[in-house]
Amino acid sequence: MEESMAWKTVRMTDSAAHAQVDAYAVQVRIFKHQDSIFHKLTFLFAFLVLAALAGILISLAIEAAPAFRAFGPAFLWSEAWSVPDDEFGALISIYGTLSTSLIALLIGVPVSFGIALFLTESCPGWLRRPLGTAIELLAGVPSIIYGIWGLFVFAPLFARNVQPWVQAGFGDLPVIGGWFAGPPLGIGILSAGIVLALMVIPFIASVMRDVFDTVPAVLKESAYGLGCTTWEVVWNIVLPYTRVGVIGGIMLGLGRALGETMAVTFVIGNANRIAGSFFAPGNSIASLLANEFGEADPGLHTSSLFALGLVLFVITCVVLGLSRWLVHRASARQGV
Amino acid sequence: MIVSKRVFLKISGVAAAMAMGFGSIAAQAADLTGAGATFPYAVYTKWAEAYQAATGKSVNYQGIGSSGGIKQIKAKTVDFGGTDAPLSAADLNAAGLVQFPSVIGAVTIVLNLPGISSGQLKLDGPTAANIFRGAITKWNDPAITSLNPDLKLPPTAITIVHRSDGSGTTDVMTRYLAKQSADFVRDVGVGKSVNWPANEIGGKGNPGVAANVQKIAGTIGYVDYADAKKNGLAFAALKNKAGNFVLPSGEAFAAAAAGADFKVKGMAPDMLDQTAKEAWPIVSATYILAYEKGEDAAKQQGVVDFFSWALNKGGTLADELDFVPLPANVVGTIEAEMKRIK
Repeated sequence: MEESMAWKTVRMTDSAAHAQVDAYAVQVRIFKHQDSIFHKLTFLFAFLVLAALAGILISLAIEAAPAFRAFGPAFLWSEAWSVPDDEFGALISIYGTLSTSLIALLIGVPVSFGIALFLTESCPGWLRRPLGTAIELLAGVPSIIYGIWGLFVFAPLFARNVQPWVQAGFGDLPVIGGWFAGPPLGIGILSAGIVLALMVIPFIASVMRDVFDTVPAVLKESAYGLGCTTWEVVWNIVLPYTRVGVIGGIMLGLGRALGETMAVTFVIGNANRIAGSFFAPGNSIASLLANEFGEADPGLHTSSLFALGLVLFVITCVVLGLSRWLVHRASARQGV
Repeated sequence: MIVSKRVFLKISGVAAAMAMGFGSIAAQAADLTGAGATFPYAVYTKWAEAYQAATGKSVNYQGIGSSGGIKQIKAKTVDFGGTDAPLSAADLNAAGLVQFPSVIGAVTIVLNLPGISSGQLKLDGPTAANIFRGAITKWNDPAITSLNPDLKLPPTAITIVHRSDGSGTTDVMTRYLAKQSADFVRDVGVGKSVNWPANEIGGKGNPGVAANVQKIAGTIGYVDYADAKKNGLAFAALKNKAGNFVLPSGEAFAAAAAGADFKVKGMAPDMLDQTAKEAWPIVSATYILAYEKGEDAAKQQGVVDFFSWALNKGGTLADELDFVPLPANVVGTIEAEMKRIK
């Protein structure tokens, strides 16, 4: 401290150096100024996100208000959706959204897990890169392509080759028979779930692969050294180590499945009813919005569609919150 | 968190790839802009193309739906609006709008039943209404077999394919079926979106309905003539008011159009169930809305010029797209009506 003071006084006597110090001071001030502008600018950008989110939420709430006033909270569990009678409820499309997303996860998660495991644990080196790239490319395919494929290729195959066979096998069983009742149309809740599964697999698989890659080789090698099988290593070392990332990947997939619009509209059948059968057509929130918004008359119909949008918003928030909570709990337990 | 930076980079990369899927179509600078019904979209864009080639003036029409068209013209954001369902005379007066028909289209009943080819199956109005309200659920129902004694109809379940989006096509179809059966009005209703019975599936847009009928056996649906023809769907013959079974065709639509009297306020006569011998019963016009007194005189004149050109010279183009041009005597009436656009 004293030394620097001394240095300063020595320098101060030198007038040329004095000027330079002044110049430095000016520069420092400019830097400070730049920093503060930069900070404010980035803050503004970040704030825009919050403002947009709040704006969407508020405008949804305002537009949805007439529907909630007319139907009350019963809107959420009412099975009505009738434009001629001006009666609306959210249950049919909530059911469609949740059931198709659940089917997508039930199929998508194990398959993605398998893909990620193969890529990180037992895939030959030369195949790893092309296979990984292929999965990422699949994630970039526009959803309408999945929809068109679902309607024109998958649905007829499913109707001809799978549905009659399933109905012959399970159709006569007491409860299970009802799950597969109805004419084999090829489109419906189950078909939408399967197409959604195909759409979320690339997301979940590529996240899982990347987090599996982060497991230190030393941990795995030690386990192998103790005589563990691949499965034991995966189950006891890799999964516990990557739990947080795996949950994050699954939630990312679920998020996509919940909000998917075009592909679902093509294959869900767009029928406003809850049939109870996986083969029967239904409707999801996103596809109902896509279908009816364009020609909805002002009034309760439009307002109810906004209310559905709000419901989807809330469902997505709950899912995100749930995943945060799961991640938090998992990290707390691990002590990471 | 063990999720690495690389993972997040990857996720954002995927998001960017997804975003590229949603291309935005920038509105082109145009002398005239219109928006509304999607049903006549193909005709209007074809007309606009030919009109620009002939006169150098551009017209931009966006198919955003009839309700959207009405909203836009009332909000004065477009120079003309398109709607399938005509506005009432009272509505027109209140909003200061002029309405005239632009082209005629037909709705057809299509089906997919293995072994039955186009035109073989005959239906009458009440039977069609009973099918579409879910009262007839099997293809070998006595009501159908008695109309078709020569056909061997299977006991397959009937699946109704309808428009899942609110649509002028649904409006025309349900208004026709409502004329056939009071029960249909009670069970299903009339309008752009209605309550279909349980054996339903919905397709988005006319192409969506056409695709569903084409791919799923046992289905019956309704689509506009152009989409049905494009997809090679099997038509049902329909008994008209005169008691003849007719198939959809340009002549059958023209016969229906000739019988309608357009000299009513709003130029929107009921064209369904015309009495002419060869008339196809489900025919309807689609309409243009323009301001009676606009702020921009040049654009007002532009609207009149474009549609005068289209009505006089656009007939063949409409014909090529499987729409029906308005009869010559109606064109005269419309030109007189368009004099009110100032």
